[in-house]
Amino acid sequence: MLKVTENQEVNFSEEMLAQFGEIVSHYPEGREKSALLPIMHLVQKEYGWMSVNAMDKIAEYLNLQSIEVYEVATFYTMFHLSPKGKYVLDICRTGPCCLVGAEKIMEHIEKTLGVKEGEVTEDGLFSWRGVECIAACGFGPVLQIGPEYTFYENLTVEKVDQLIAELRKKEQEK
Amino acid sequence: MSRKLLYEHINVPGIETFEVYRQKGGYRAVEKALSSMSPEDVLEEVKASGLRGRGGAGFPTGMKWSFLAKPEGVPRHLVCNADESEPGTFKDRHLMTFIPHLLIEGMIISSFALGAKDSYIYVRGEMMPQIRILEKAIAEAKEAGFLGENILGKGYDLEIHVSPGAGAYICGEETALLESLEGKRGNPRIKPPFPAVSGLYNRPTVVNNVETISATVPIINDGGEEYAKVGEGRSTGTKLISACGNLKKPGVYEIEMGLSVEEFIYSDEYCGGIARGKQLKAVVAGGSSVPILPANLITTTANGEKRLMTYESLAEGGFETGTMLGSGGFIAFDEDQCIVRNTLNFARFYAHESCGQCSPCREGTFWLDKVLYDIEYGKGSQSDIDLLVNIAHNIEGNTICPLGDAAAWPVASAVRHFREEFEWHISHPEEAQTRNFGVGPYADPLVSTVTE
Ligand SMILES: Cc1cc2nc3c(=O)[nH]c(=O)nc-3n(C[C@H](O)[C@H](O)[C@H](O)COP(=O)(O)O)c2cc1C
Ligand code: SF4
Repeated sequence: MLKVTENQEVNFSEEMLAQFGEIVSHYPEGREKSALLPIMHLVQKEYGWMSVNAMDKIAEYLNLQSIEVYEVATFYTMFHLSPKGKYVLDICRTGPCCLVGAEKIMEHIEKTLGVKEGEVTEDGLFSWRGVECIAACGFGPVLQIGPEYTFYENLTVEKVDQLIAELRKKEQEK
Repeated sequence: MSRKLLYEHINVPGIETFEVYRQKGGYRAVEKALSSMSPEDVLEEVKASGLRGRGGAGFPTGMKWSFLAKPEGVPRHLVCNADESEPGTFKDRHLMTFIPHLLIEGMIISSFALGAKDSYIYVRGEMMPQIRILEKAIAEAKEAGFLGENILGKGYDLEIHVSPGAGAYICGEETALLESLEGKRGNPRIKPPFPAVSGLYNRPTVVNNVETISATVPIINDGGEEYAKVGEGRSTGTKLISACGNLKKPGVYEIEMGLSVEEFIYSDEYCGGIARGKQLKAVVAGGSSVPILPANLITTTANGEKRLMTYESLAEGGFETGTMLGSGGFIAFDEDQCIVRNTLNFARFYAHESCGQCSPCREGTFWLDKVLYDIEYGKGSQSDIDLLVNIAHNIEGNTICPLGDAAAWPVASAVRHFREEFEWHISHPEEAQTRNFGVGPYADPLVSTVTE
């Protein structure tokens, strides 16, 4: 179960630090800041969201001011600034998906999960939100689930039910 | 069947692997360029091809490359724009998923032409699966000696790096993309200086779309002149069109430029007509940013000529009665769709995606969203319609980057062509909550549809 805390203990493992180092190596010397977004993705994958501690640690690692990380975290929609469910369902809410029924899918998800956009289900497993176009317009309605951002296309109410049931089952079997 | 220059082998099983791609003639263009051509020769072929940027603006690629500054001792960069976020556009994701080596091959040729030794592919963060696919393709190409040091023993070194975004439409704008690639917020830069002079890390940089870069592969294989024979007039070659909305067969199609819009919509080779036997009401032909056209103006121009899928023909009639090819995001609306609701949706999108740097865009997109919301939900007044036009007019041309225009055009064009529908919404606030306006007087029903 995901623990909902205001802040969290953050210690980057050796393995994570090795991954960070690999990322930094893609950019020229003195331009390590370029590694910020990919490193933030890795950290969010590990901890589920961007806590202040996590951002401060990233700043320390890249030799940046903390504010340089905060301002990036608040600009980009993929970074979660509060704890979210283990599975965040990002449902496309933009024009082309709405032409083929995205609004109904969103209503259904809200009803099924019983939480409002951005909130977390009691068991800590799910959150959902509407996101802008995710470049899959021909296969709408679509949703994606982080941290790997797997796409689920041509959604129907039945497919959504099945998906949620499968994820629940997977967690129970753990 | 029309000629396929990018997608000839798209249906070959395993084409996403290096092995199969190579068997089908892949990386021949790299061999040709590196062993028998100079960077200037490659540039000349691209110029001769007439290739125009596939990211939306349609700027001639050869010309863009020739602007690249080449100061002594300063590294230059090629950056591939794989941020694809324009509503209606999903071709780059498709290409990278199914034939990633085409992009990698194009990156090598283009980097060679520009003298870049470190090139970047900036992929929107949501496309994690595509990032993995590209990383694998790069590793395979490197393993085979097409990347890294001294490629094919010809003395050219190149590394390609994949860098993720994190969810922001504005990062598709090239200078915002560069900011983002430098690890910052995606605020577009004031131009000049242009990226060709001062781009990534203040170094000379070319930013090109995924499809543009991929198109250099057939251009080098067959020669620029051959490429220019495909297409129509100044719209040379083929174009990937991502078709969506209420179509029988939505998807990504490679078309020869010059195909008629009518054939694209109705023939079985392409979209196969409107889904569920409905009637076409409107089309957004080039991604959400371009003007929406009613059905009668999309298949024929105001002069009664057949409209073609080319930069010129789609723009015929200017903003009064034309639109743009843009990024090739083709969105079809059937008779059941509500133009007011869709315009509100797009306005909300732009308000959400404005980076907030310029007040006309930041405030204007917010107001467009708010006024349209009132109209859609039965709280509008007739004067709101002119207010929309006025706000759109005040944004247009008054901002740092073209997102402002992109937000203004869809609203201005919707009001221009569908004014009765807006008026009806306002005069029938309750009825408009329960039913749609319908197809209205806009759609000239096609008497016969094209069949194969
Ligand atoms: C708001 C905005 C969003 C854009 N999004 C994209 C995009 O997602 N992909 C793209 O290739 N170009 C996009 N562009 C266009 C780029 O700024 C740039 O013109 C393009 O990448 C150049 O490549 P090309 O010459 O190969 O078309 C966008 C422009 C604006 C103003
Ligand atoms: S036009 Fe809009 S998106 Fe572009 S720089 Fe100005 S505020 Fe930002």
